[in-house]
Amino acid sequence: MSKVSMTVNGKTVEREVEDRMLLVEFLREELNLTGTHVGCDTSQCGACVVHVDGKAVKSCTQLAVQASGCEVVTIEGLATGGDLHPMQAAFKENHGLQCGFCTPGMIMTAVDLVNRVGAGNLDEKTIRENLEGNICRCTGYHNIVRSIEAGAKAMA
Amino acid sequence: MYATNYHRASSVEEAVNLLKSGDDAKFVSGGQTLIPTMKQRLAAPSDLVDLRHIDAMKGISIDGVQVTIGAATTHAEVASSAELAGVCAAICSLAAHIGDPAVRHMGTIGGSVANNDPAADYPAAVLGLDAQVRTSKRTIDAADFFNGMFDTALEEDEVITAITFQAPEKAAYVKYPNPASRYAMCGVFAARLKDGSVRVAITGAGNDGVFRHTEMEEALAADWSPAAIASCSVDEGDMLSDIHGDSAYRANLVRVIAKRAVEAAA
Amino acid sequence: MGVEGIGARVLRKEDKRFITGKGRYTDDFKMAGMHYAAFVRSPHAHAKIRGIDKSAAEAMPGVVGVLDGKQLTGDGIGNLICGWMIHSKDGSPMNMGAWSAIATEHVRYVGDAAAVVVADTLENARAAAEAVVIDYEELPHVIRAVDALKDGAPQLHPEAKGNLIYDWEIGEKDATEQAIAGAAHVTEMEIVNNRLSPNPMEPRAALANYDEADDHFTLYTTSQNPHVARLVLSAFYQVAPEHKLRVIAPDVGGGFGSKIYIYPEEIVCLWASKRLGVPVKWTSDRTEAFLTDAHGRDHVSKARIGFDKDGKIVGFSIDTIANIGAYMSLFSSSVPTYLYATLLSGQYNIANIHCNVRTVYTNTAPVDAYRGAGRPEATYLVERIMETAAREMGMDPAELRRRNFVSEFPHQTPVIMCYDAGDYNATLDAALKAADYANIGKRKEEAKARGKLRGIGLSCYIEACGIAPSAAVGSLGAGVGLWESGEIRVNPVGTVEILTGSHSHGQGHETTFAQLVNERFGLPVDNVQVIHGDTDKVQFGMGTYGSRSGAVGMSALVKALDKVEAKAKKIAAHLMEADEGDIVIEDGEVKVAGTDRKLGWHEVCLAAYTGHNLPQGMEPGLKETAFYDPTNFTFPAGTYVCEVEVDPETGKTEVIQFVAADDFGVIVNPMIVEGQVHGGITQGIGQALLENVIYDDNGQLLTASYMDYAMPRADDVPSYKLSTHETVCPGNPMGMKGCGEAGAIGSPPALINAITDAIGNNNLTMPATPARVWALINGK
Repeated sequence: MSKVSMTVNGKTVEREVEDRMLLVEFLREELNLTGTHVGCDTSQCGACVVHVDGKAVKSCTQLAVQASGCEVVTIEGLATGGDLHPMQAAFKENHGLQCGFCTPGMIMTAVDLVNRVGAGNLDEKTIRENLEGNICRCTGYHNIVRSIEAGAKAMA
Repeated sequence: MYATNYHRASSVEEAVNLLKSGDDAKFVSGGQTLIPTMKQRLAAPSDLVDLRHIDAMKGISIDGVQVTIGAATTHAEVASSAELAGVCAAICSLAAHIGDPAVRHMGTIGGSVANNDPAADYPAAVLGLDAQVRTSKRTIDAADFFNGMFDTALEEDEVITAITFQAPEKAAYVKYPNPASRYAMCGVFAARLKDGSVRVAITGAGNDGVFRHTEMEEALAADWSPAAIASCSVDEGDMLSDIHGDSAYRANLVRVIAKRAVEAAA
Repeated sequence: MGVEGIGARVLRKEDKRFITGKGRYTDDFKMAGMHYAAFVRSPHAHAKIRGIDKSAAEAMPGVVGVLDGKQLTGDGIGNLICGWMIHSKDGSPMNMGAWSAIATEHVRYVGDAAAVVVADTLENARAAAEAVVIDYEELPHVIRAVDALKDGAPQLHPEAKGNLIYDWEIGEKDATEQAIAGAAHVTEMEIVNNRLSPNPMEPRAALANYDEADDHFTLYTTSQNPHVARLVLSAFYQVAPEHKLRVIAPDVGGGFGSKIYIYPEEIVCLWASKRLGVPVKWTSDRTEAFLTDAHGRDHVSKARIGFDKDGKIVGFSIDTIANIGAYMSLFSSSVPTYLYATLLSGQYNIANIHCNVRTVYTNTAPVDAYRGAGRPEATYLVERIMETAAREMGMDPAELRRRNFVSEFPHQTPVIMCYDAGDYNATLDAALKAADYANIGKRKEEAKARGKLRGIGLSCYIEACGIAPSAAVGSLGAGVGLWESGEIRVNPVGTVEILTGSHSHGQGHETTFAQLVNERFGLPVDNVQVIHGDTDKVQFGMGTYGSRSGAVGMSALVKALDKVEAKAKKIAAHLMEADEGDIVIEDGEVKVAGTDRKLGWHEVCLAAYTGHNLPQGMEPGLKETAFYDPTNFTFPAGTYVCEVEVDPETGKTEVIQFVAADDFGVIVNPMIVEGQVHGGITQGIGQALLENVIYDDNGQLLTASYMDYAMPRADDVPSYKLSTHETVCPGNPMGMKGCGEAGAIGSPPALINAITDAIGNNNLTMPATPARVWALINGK
């Protein structure tokens, strides 16, 4: 057991947890932040993507204790006040989701992509390549690409 | 996942001591291979010693043509280093195609090289650049480091601290990804070094991990062109064979991807 | 059309909770005292259980129970059923073996449940599951369907001799053979439809609780059809009578067919929760999903098609072997029969068709419906052989199809179906134009100059949706009726609740169903709430599959809306002292036509509930239910064109463009329909290029994670060019046909036809992996 302390969506949280607890389990089971999902066992589907210290990571492939001392943002922390994040709004406006299961990880990846590459540098090819670690079974990616294009513009 | 005990080291020395104090302790860096393996209950280290908080193992430094990449430097950091791209764009491009963006934010060069996955990308660069692997104990030449898949010259309590190499005269890495895992089904790092020697290092395709193709190297030393290696032979008996492609297909990939790497490095 | 009515691109009402992380999926629910189940699964393809030693597991921390199949059957839990009876051509009923939710004596595939551990934490349950020692006696096994039929093949079930479940046929054999014998040209092909894993991104899960005081069960589960789940759990598995079991399917992360069925894990969680006195949760991991979710497809067929000298089809003969896995899943028997062979006429006028299907057991995971279910197998067969025949006869593949199109409706095929409406030339023309089919020659030349092989392929698909009417499917062996229910509950303030049996797990029902109310009464969709997925809230309904929620589910709502409208008009006529026939409802107002007299919609609704001033004898309230049973299947159809470029050095295929021209009948929300087509096409591209479930000769699943099962990712596919071309379906009140499966049905042959065109070799098997394509190009 270790004491794990981190900032999650702007709030400091502290828990005594087993060292083997994954970050995604910490978020879902300890903090009830069930918007972060688990869709595979091999770090490929990306449903679990959150931001740690401002960077997109797979919360299923990191121990909670590894993230101790870090700032974590999950899908629940993306909107500010009552306003959706522009990327969230873009997914709605462009029908970038169907069943919604991959959506939190997809949106967190998309925001990270815009932060990293810059809104002006996002052509379709770049977007598709950068979604390599996020699998969606419903949308065929077509409208996810449209959503990210629109979300990037709105973030600019 | 089996129970484990986590330790965070702040120096190389502390990391080695922590490792020695555990029954079956392992170093963890980005954890992008080790954590999934533990989740599948295929690895059960008693202790994990986290290397990501050791300042001495981080960062990229370039001194003329001499490049040093700290072992705890992430793939994302290598991929986005403009300074490194100025002297060896091939390694930046290689790092930019490991895993996916989220994996690249965690995974490190030291972890990748130490693990020596037969389909990992970095071993090809280390071998292809004739790099040195600097450890907590010594410096190991690339030629002496890789001992077949998942096996290296590292001792149990030895940790990679940095990878160093001389910027090549020209180099390129071309990866042909496995359609499912996106690991390299064949990745070729082709380089002409400052001393004029040529390295062709191949990952993903061989049945015993990363290897050099000396026939191609000799042909390219005489004539750096795709045509020069067109007739080089690749022994199917040395190739992996699995549901994604048999050894004949992989042997073909080695030829084709090597040619493309030479083109890209022209 | 209003801005929120039928045909409008209304943004989805349900999106906000998903984009903010507030969706509620089964695994998100917790209960006080909740425990976790971990299954002990067979590592062998076929074995006898000689004994189970639970002692070590039972002694481990947190373990409250280690349960086996004998305890399960001892408590009276029944075997799993198959809900569709198929008779062999000799009249005998299908030969079905027993399937217990936990194996009692034999395990028959790798992943078959042999025991279950329940513990206080998931980690403790998993650790204890590893400590259960099962003494297996390995038995001979058979993996491939063709091998299962051979003399001396290992036997899976005593009930099915030679592993044959049924030997079924449709159509006239002699007439078909005669027609083919007299044909001017005959094309023959052996066609394999590869085995797939559905892979909804949310793995299956179940959370069961038994309340002893009320003698009542609650089950949260990942189901496309919670009422059917409750019915089957009650009537066949004897878990509890229906009124003592509440099944909730909350937000469900995709289904694609795989969440229709009632699996062993739900049964075991319910049973264990009562037996052990704790709530029990089980959530599949991805490897368990690959091992145990019902797979799809897996057909091997021999087909022969004959043409006269003008290129008109004279006869079509198909012999299919279908692999159903180790057990018969809930609707498995219907997939390679009535959902498959009835579509073998394609879009074509064919006088003589005969299809024989032998369905067999093998030591592999159960196979059942996966997006399209039978119709993709039929379409792939028809469209591969049409394209190949055209090439053999030196004809333009588009022209050969056009020459054989059905053009008069209704059209009775020789394989049961009666096509009601369509315009196949319209979708073909539109697709060819959008794809610039006429200039493919130039593009091939340009690609050739770059060392690449370009090709184009067509697929003119037809499918049957709705899977109804009930009397018809009943006569064909279905164990249930396939109608749908809808209830319109108007509140006293005029807002509306829709209660539907059609579960939504990505299809957007919460929006499209609300659009029906907007269209009818002019109420904003925000004033409409769609309620589904809870047997305590919603009347019995049949669920979501077979692209039926529009044509069947919405039709039920239309009928309920008719009743609400009629009653509201009566009330309004009474209140305004007008003739009922003069009342119109629009824009949220109830008006007397041709006058300025009107009432707000909410005033009429309130009047219905106060009951102060209603017509003589009228009951108060404004709530109506309807059960809708269609008169026929619906027949969506269209043409898909795929253009590819193959790298001859690596065999890798790039999809350059994909064009879809579909006829879905009347469309309620084009945005949602497009999304369905995008997703369907991508699954079809997945089948054609990437996906393949592979067992090795020992029955071990080699593709048990995303490391080896290639899922389509964003950079594997292009953006798509879509169009729709409406012919109104005469079979339902809205004229809808269905759009959920078309993309997955129509796309694989277009893609394979494009690759075979590019490489000049028709002998390509799905998936067209680079290694396979390279080997064909190089004659390896």
